[in-house]
Amino acid sequence: MGSSPHVEFHGVSKTYDGQTMVVQDLDLCVNEGEFFTLLGPSGSGKTTCLMMLAGFEAPSSGEIRLSGRSVQHLPPRKRGIGVVFQNYALFPHMTVGRNLAFPLEVRGISAARRRERIRQALEVVRLDGFEHRRPGELSGGQQQRVAIARALVFNPTLVLMDEPLGALDRRLREEMQFEIRRMQQDLGVTVVYVTHDQQEAMAMSSRVAVFHRGHIQQVAAPETLYEEPEREFVASFIGDNNMLRGQVLTVERDHCDVATPDGIVRAFPVHHCRPGDPSVLAIRPERVSLTRPGVYTNEFEAVVEDILFIGDHLRLRLNLCGNPNFVVKIQNVIGHSAVLAGDRVRVGWSVMDCRALPDEEGAGSGVLTRPAAPLRSPPGDATGVSGTDRADVPPSTQAV
Amino acid sequence: MTSRTASFGLGDRLARWLHLAFCAAVFVFLIAPMLVVVPLSFNAEPYFTFSEGMLALDADAYSLRWYRNIVEDEEWRLALANSLFIGLAAAAIATALGVLAALGLASPAMPGRALVTGLLISPMITPIIISAAGMFFFYSYLGLSQTHLSLVLAHAALGTPFVVITVTATLAGFDRNLVRAAESLGAGPFVVFRRVQLPLIAPGVIAGALFAFAASFDEVVTVLFLGGLEQRTIPRQMWAGIREQISPEILAVATFLVAFVLVLMGVVEWLRGRHGHQGEPAR
Ligand SMILES: Nc1ncnc2c1ncn2[C@@H]1O[C@H](COP(=O)(O)OP(=O)(O)OP(=O)(O)O)[C@@H](O)[C@H]1O
Ligand SMILES: [Mg+2]
Repeated sequence: MGSSPHVEFHGVSKTYDGQTMVVQDLDLCVNEGEFFTLLGPSGSGKTTCLMMLAGFEAPSSGEIRLSGRSVQHLPPRKRGIGVVFQNYALFPHMTVGRNLAFPLEVRGISAARRRERIRQALEVVRLDGFEHRRPGELSGGQQQRVAIARALVFNPTLVLMDEPLGALDRRLREEMQFEIRRMQQDLGVTVVYVTHDQQEAMAMSSRVAVFHRGHIQQVAAPETLYEEPEREFVASFIGDNNMLRGQVLTVERDHCDVATPDGIVRAFPVHHCRPGDPSVLAIRPERVSLTRPGVYTNEFEAVVEDILFIGDHLRLRLNLCGNPNFVVKIQNVIGHSAVLAGDRVRVGWSVMDCRALPDEEGAGSGVLTRPAAPLRSPPGDATGVSGTDRADVPPSTQAV
Repeated sequence: MTSRTASFGLGDRLARWLHLAFCAAVFVFLIAPMLVVVPLSFNAEPYFTFSEGMLALDADAYSLRWYRNIVEDEEWRLALANSLFIGLAAAAIATALGVLAALGLASPAMPGRALVTGLLISPMITPIIISAAGMFFFYSYLGLSQTHLSLVLAHAALGTPFVVITVTATLAGFDRNLVRAAESLGAGPFVVFRRVQLPLIAPGVIAGALFAFAASFDEVVTVLFLGGLEQRTIPRQMWAGIREQISPEILAVATFLVAFVLVLMGVVEWLRGRHGHQGEPAR
């Protein structure tokens, strides 16, 4: 367990057909002993990265290093990396014991030491006594654990896991998430983990790299990804966020004003931006409150389109600032349950809970809101908003 | 409602009867001629017809004399030895080549897959008389005609497509990640092949080898072209027997061959069943 780099990607690109870049110009650094997760939607290039790291695919350009040494010409068998495949890839014609013995036999380890190592590895995954079963005679979760044991039994310092829990039911998944994390910490190995399930990534990882179309959007600890997303994709992919599209009007040191169809919203500029730039605002549903006038910088009135009762909280859907699915999450405490669909409510949120990000996806989905924004906001409203902590009720909202 | 179900049932029954009649016809025309050979081979008389004694199930009308003739006959013994030697050698070569070819063809990095597959399968499709004539001229040119080697090579070429096809079929259900897993666990290409790939494709390999052997064992055309007196195989000897002296010895050999083929087919079927059973968890 140190903080020296274990895995490094330097400018790695990969194309299978010579045209489409599956992974593009990737830089990545995983430290020793880290639980590092590659998170992204289907087809974003996660498996490709893992396969390049394991040595099954060669990067089209760029360099991968293990513990500081380039592995460009190192075949998979010489990399000493444990790999857990999505479909387990257990040898169906061998018993569990033979599966685990395989990497040890290949390394010429004596029979006595093999038995001892296999016993230990099965103990770690809590499958003692399963040596003589065939993979076909095990449940999915048990096969999963055998696959993990096989990837650990030859004491690799780096273990790769490609959606290892993809095929398991929800309860087993959660149990296994916990166990994999425990094993990783007990053994002190570095794990590079691939998943498209953001909850899984958040629960297990020390750091997460969010993939989108072959690019890394952000690398950060789970809390940071949730609290401080730096890209539109991260904001919409990690947890729930209300996305509002608009155009930057003015920029100050610690805040900026963004024009939306229902008026001007004051937000925290995550990146440098200039007046006139298209921007997308990300606001978490739980950071929006029902409020009395004059409490928040950003306050709007809107009609509750419908209410979803979840149990410990309620989700109100509003049509607000150009987003017809603006969600407000409120705790189920006495008083709030009095809200009904069709009611007009006043909602508000603070500047710091509203992150202004560069509009990267807007070309398609923002067609309606973006051109409309500068036309509808200027008359009268701009002054209403520039006064801090005052109610801002644009005429278009009242007209609803 | 009742009448409708009844008429529906009638059509159904008719279809079933037609189906059974068709199957019976197939049996009578394709299989019965082979089965007739079996009792005739025990004929005590040197004829190809059932004698009155045989029809009356008279024990004296039956005999093993044709079988004894074969066993004692030098030419038939040589033919059997030749058939076994050429068949086994050709099957071994065809299996080695076919497995390697199938593995190569299954690799995603293989360029020109369709072309190579077509080329490998072509001996199966080309009329045998054409390949045999071609081989005759080629091997004569090399000074190889009338040798065992020429027949082994010719039969290996004819048997390879069977191996390629059966092994390719087995590989279709093969999980490529198993190879990757073995590699990541530290195994070199040879260990991966011997310990992971071969055991899993073994049923296809064995079936292919049996087909290749059978293809050689009952092949007569290339033997006619390439073989001399020293290379006479069982089919070649039968051919000579039919042309030169018609004797129920042929029927005895034929019975032996039918039994042999039945055993081979039984083995193939058994392997197929085992493969289906084992293939499931691999996916
Ligand atoms: N062997 C291959 N040949 C050609 N294209 C490939 C190959 N493997 C992957 N791709 C393409 O590369 C892109 C990224 O694939 P990759 O498997 O890395 O995605 P992923 O992030 O792992 O997705 P998933 O979550 O669905 O597993 C996809 O568009 C896919 O079609
Ligand atoms: Mg994948």
